[in-house]
Amino acid sequence: MRRSLLPLLAHRLAILIYIAFALFPLFWLFKVSVTPNDLLYTEGVRLWPSRTTFEHYGFVLRHSDFPTFFKNSLIVSASTAIVVTIAASLSGYALSRFGFRGKYLIVALMLLTQMFPLVMLVAPIFKILSPIGLTNSLTGLVIVYTAFNVPFATFLMQSFFDGIPKDLEEAAMIDGATQFVAFRQIILPLTLPGIAATLGFVFTATWSELLFALMLINGNAAATFPVGLLTFVSKFSVDFGQMMAAGILALIPAGLFFLLIQRYLVQGLTAGAVKG
Amino acid sequence: MTFQADASFARRDRKPWLARLADAAQPYLYSAPALILIVAVMLVPLTIGISYAFRDIQLLNPFSGGFIGLDHFRELAKDKAFYGALRNTLWWTGASVFLQFIFGLILALLLDKPFTGRGIAQALVFLPWAVPSFLAGLNWAWLFNPVIGPIPHWLYGLGLMSEPGNILSDPNHAMWGPIVANVWWGIPFFAITLLAALQAIPRDLYEAAEIDGAGWWQRFGSITLPFLAPTIAITVLLRTVWISNFADLIVVMTGGGPADKTQIVASYIFTQAFKRLDFGYASAVALVLLLLLLAYSLLIILLRQTLLNKD
Repeated sequence: MRRSLLPLLAHRLAILIYIAFALFPLFWLFKVSVTPNDLLYTEGVRLWPSRTTFEHYGFVLRHSDFPTFFKNSLIVSASTAIVVTIAASLSGYALSRFGFRGKYLIVALMLLTQMFPLVMLVAPIFKILSPIGLTNSLTGLVIVYTAFNVPFATFLMQSFFDGIPKDLEEAAMIDGATQFVAFRQIILPLTLPGIAATLGFVFTATWSELLFALMLINGNAAATFPVGLLTFVSKFSVDFGQMMAAGILALIPAGLFFLLIQRYLVQGLTAGAVKG
Repeated sequence: MTFQADASFARRDRKPWLARLADAAQPYLYSAPALILIVAVMLVPLTIGISYAFRDIQLLNPFSGGFIGLDHFRELAKDKAFYGALRNTLWWTGASVFLQFIFGLILALLLDKPFTGRGIAQALVFLPWAVPSFLAGLNWAWLFNPVIGPIPHWLYGLGLMSEPGNILSDPNHAMWGPIVANVWWGIPFFAITLLAALQAIPRDLYEAAEIDGAGWWQRFGSITLPFLAPTIAITVLLRTVWISNFADLIVVMTGGGPADKTQIVASYIFTQAFKRLDFGYASAVALVLLLLLLAYSLLIILLRQTLLNKD
């Protein structure tokens, strides 16, 4: 093997530059969130303040509605992720294992849903949900988010199923199991990485959704994190420390989830999601 | 093996008709939950939304709601703000997709070969994707703010700015703010999909090429690129459509200003719907955007088919 030092160094340096670019904004967010108010402007461009404090976090957690927003977002994102993953496992399995009439219609329909501006749906969805009492409710949000995320999740799950040989469930069916039993007991356990990737992907997407949360929810009781943070920003637009502390708090769950599942995401796509 | 497969076919044929019906219904039952949701929450509202484009729907006007035919589209044809937004959309989408793609491809190539610490490096560079889009917008808006962020001071230090000012309020350069935020946020998506495609390329091809004495550029041009081409086409297509519709960063960072210089069609729809509460006009604009994107997608899909058939 040829070993030359220069390409190796260039490679590591490039990786470091990418990491720095990816992390710098988040680092700055954190830096301002721990800077005491009296140093905020005098040490504005320093990389690290001479004194640090966690008082902004204390204020956000004790004197604002953020614990409520946090709880709401957690409920909405987790329920959406679970419901989407169940529905998408079933439909992804159908697309992966069966040839049936209308299959391409379903695929076309799912592609269409990825194409139009979702803003277009806000008013109609509001008009449909309002008479049945699902506006201003977390259930309504879960239903809407579930539908939005099902198409992509279906394609993702399908690619994981495509990577599992068909012989496995055929063998089980010869032994007398129905296809559904074979699917549940043999295929699903093998797709656990795919299920993890789908859960994480949908959780992160739902955690960030702003538009529909803004339009379907009124008032703080059922507000999710993005809505809460945005109202917070417009209300206290001078207190950068508190805003950034709230931002860091909003980042934690989605970031953790993503770090756990990102390698499965690459695996799943390798299995064929984008091969078309 | 052949014998077993034959046996299973024989058994299936001996099933009573009810069981055979159940077999035929299976794929539909599996897809039913997903389909019902999509139809009820997306397709039905989409149809209603399209009908709004031909009606006079203003949220605060109780006398609105009537059918007005093509009036919205006539108004649209004369709307200077719309044409400006269309131009800005081209610039916003083109620059964002191009930069995300180039930097994403380089990152994917860097991460393709195993090295010590690859797992942690990959997790860190992909992290921006997990940042909620509105938070990414706020984060970058703060970085560009001379009071609290370092970027204006760096640009001033480099002599690119005459004084540390806010790029987001400079009509000539404001669009760069959301574009930079979008590139930061979107590189991971390209890198993830391209990395997945890279790892699906059979390794022995590279070894054979290396034995034949092909250099890095030759291998890249004759193995990597042709293998990646279908993925690149579909990813660029999806991202272009998605970014044209993506108003979050602009709404959060500039609200379309200054002087509509960063107003794209998607944020224009948002403004029409939620500031002016004119849902009819907003739907008409959205319909035009949808048709443009559909036309663009068909074009790319045709292009991809010809590319695939060539091999």
